[in-house]
Amino acid sequence: MMLAAIDWHAFFFWLFALLTCGFALAVLFSNNVVHMAFYLILALGASAGLFFLAGAEFVGAMQLMIYVGGTLVLVIFGVMLTAQSQFVSMETRAGEWVVALGVGGSLLFMLLITAFNVEDWRSSNPERDRVTIADNQVTTQIGLGFAGVRVDKLEQPDGRLRAGMSGYLLPFVIVSIHLLVVLIGAAYMARTKRRKDDSGGRS
Amino acid sequence: MIEFIEPIHVSHYLLVGAVMFVTGAVCMATKRNVIGILMGVELVLNGANINFIAFGSKYLRSDSLGLDGQMIALFVIVLAAAEAAVALAIALNFYNNHTTIDVDEADDLRG
Repeated sequence: MMLAAIDWHAFFFWLFALLTCGFALAVLFSNNVVHMAFYLILALGASAGLFFLAGAEFVGAMQLMIYVGGTLVLVIFGVMLTAQSQFVSMETRAGEWVVALGVGGSLLFMLLITAFNVEDWRSSNPERDRVTIADNQVTTQIGLGFAGVRVDKLEQPDGRLRAGMSGYLLPFVIVSIHLLVVLIGAAYMARTKRRKDDSGGRS
Repeated sequence: MIEFIEPIHVSHYLLVGAVMFVTGAVCMATKRNVIGILMGVELVLNGANINFIAFGSKYLRSDSLGLDGQMIALFVIVLAAAEAAVALAIALNFYNNHTTIDVDEADDLRG
């Protein structure tokens, strides 16, 4: 009886929200950089659960694949390449903690006041029960949106708005070239430098 | 127990996003390790992503951002990956040149 009264969407939301916030705070308050990397993986993985609950399956899957699978492997390589014993655990001075927590607490207070004071954000969607799961297969629409065709907004009555909703082809191209440049630049910067006084070597 | 019965709103997602953002910002401010600062940046970007997903969700609002929220979130993920690669390369370069990873030691440009 009590079990039937539980909104399982809300239950899993609070579970993943608690995991996300808890592990994010663990990243902040841990001093050991190896532990911080592990907590960061768990926090980002739990936030992928929040994405799934909001109906964004594709973004949740990408979060798990790119962030947890790619970016954090990179971060852990950085930890391993620089983890000499005196750098694994670095204490922050108490004065810095006081200032940072004061500024951060007031920022959080301001953000929360804003988040909970807008009426439209506090009310639930009246059509929530009519949003069906089968209606939510968005991967094709996202792919076509990146290719420049917004199949999800074809019924927009205003012609000018319809022209403005012609997709994300240009940002997609820009971000592709950006990734290529970043790849070359990172490989160039991170390669092992040969010293100038090496015999006969190029500098 | 009452939280499990009332439905989830956009505000609750904004709560999680705000906690993640502030945690990342404080992390950037207090950590002395370059890798720790990079982790703070990742937390900030992920907090922004949670807000984009919440405003784009059809479950939470009737007039949501729609797919725009999800696409912008994907752009943020890709840019975060690129940023991590460049920041890691800078950190490794700094470590090779200074044999330390403490950002407080990076004061070569001090006048």
